[in-house]
Amino acid sequence: MGMITPRARVEGLGSAKSGTEHWWGQRVTAVALAVLTPIFLVGFAKMLGRPYEEVLAFYGRPLNAILAGLFIAAAFVHLKQGLQVVIEDYVHSPALKTTAFLANTLLTTAFAAAGIFSLAIIALR
Amino acid sequence: MVAFTLPKNSRIVSGKTWPKPADAKNLRAFKIYRYDPESGENPRVDTYYLDLADCGPMVLDAIIKIKNEVDPTLTFRRSCREGICGSCAMNIDGRNTLACTKGLDEIKGDVKIYPLPHMPVVKDLVPDLTHFYAQHASIKPWLETKSPPPAAEWKQSIEDRRKLDGLYECILCSCCSTSCPSYWWNGDRYLGPAALLQAYRWIADSRDEARGERLDNLEDPFRLYRCHTIMNCANACPKGLNPAKAIGEIKKMMVERQV
Repeated sequence: MGMITPRARVEGLGSAKSGTEHWWGQRVTAVALAVLTPIFLVGFAKMLGRPYEEVLAFYGRPLNAILAGLFIAAAFVHLKQGLQVVIEDYVHSPALKTTAFLANTLLTTAFAAAGIFSLAIIALR
Repeated sequence: MVAFTLPKNSRIVSGKTWPKPADAKNLRAFKIYRYDPESGENPRVDTYYLDLADCGPMVLDAIIKIKNEVDPTLTFRRSCREGICGSCAMNIDGRNTLACTKGLDEIKGDVKIYPLPHMPVVKDLVPDLTHFYAQHASIKPWLETKSPPPAAEWKQSIEDRRKLDGLYECILCSCCSTSCPSYWWNGDRYLGPAALLQAYRWIADSRDEARGERLDNLEDPFRLYRCHTIMNCANACPKGLNPAKAIGEIKKMMVERQV
């Protein structure tokens, strides 16, 4: 505690003057996912266990590819935003926090890139 | 930081059981958290017995009776005994509330009384609210104006005054903030429902001229956005206010000024 005043402790490093974009972004991706998730799941379930060529043909159609791509993008952005909040809430040790933030950003970006790249290969064959 | 177990020196041990009153008509047990920093011992839970036939109707009446007649070392804050000062906020029967407005008849079984959760304990039922009060001060709980002061008062229409209903009644008892998991884990940086309800009380005041600065000050991932609408605050508030709604209104304004 030391000799720092209670008010100084509350002021901390001051207001970050950000946070709204993150909060609003999470609502936007949530609304997008409310629509995109059922569409993606129905298509995915339909294709599950079907022959290779048929699946390629399904995701080769522009509308299916775009919707699936949007789902992957929205899902990983939302996941990244959500996990960031969880880390901020629960992880307080500076080293662990920085590691978790890095891992979150890098992994969600990598997974999203892999998904969208795979769709692009199928769609642009 | 999240803690799932209490630190070693905070673990509660079983305490003393005090004698039952003679010829009691309506005996009731009270299990009360006791902690004396000077003893160096862990906190304990003492059991007291009262005859409710010979006791006032509220929890505060009971603990005052215990202090007067059974154990004068029992320590707690109280003042107005009618729910307007906020001094006797404590955790009763598992919920944060005011001892003076909580009726003994509302509680089934033993009456369990603990200090407000997740705050440093000064002694027994007295939590250290220094940080909580400093957070309240940080939102500048007063009218900020830039226009030259009018000859008489700053005027407000009846409709605009009505917007402060449900906000101005807050007595800063801290029942809400200390019931909020986000405040437990991040109370050092998250302002908590009480301070944010008060912040909104001034943001919503038609006479205030510092709305932008007030919002700037709150625009922070921790100060404001640690609220995840858990709504324990609205559940706990002994005055029936809804801090979660006030926080929601602040968030709406934040978005409104950006998009």
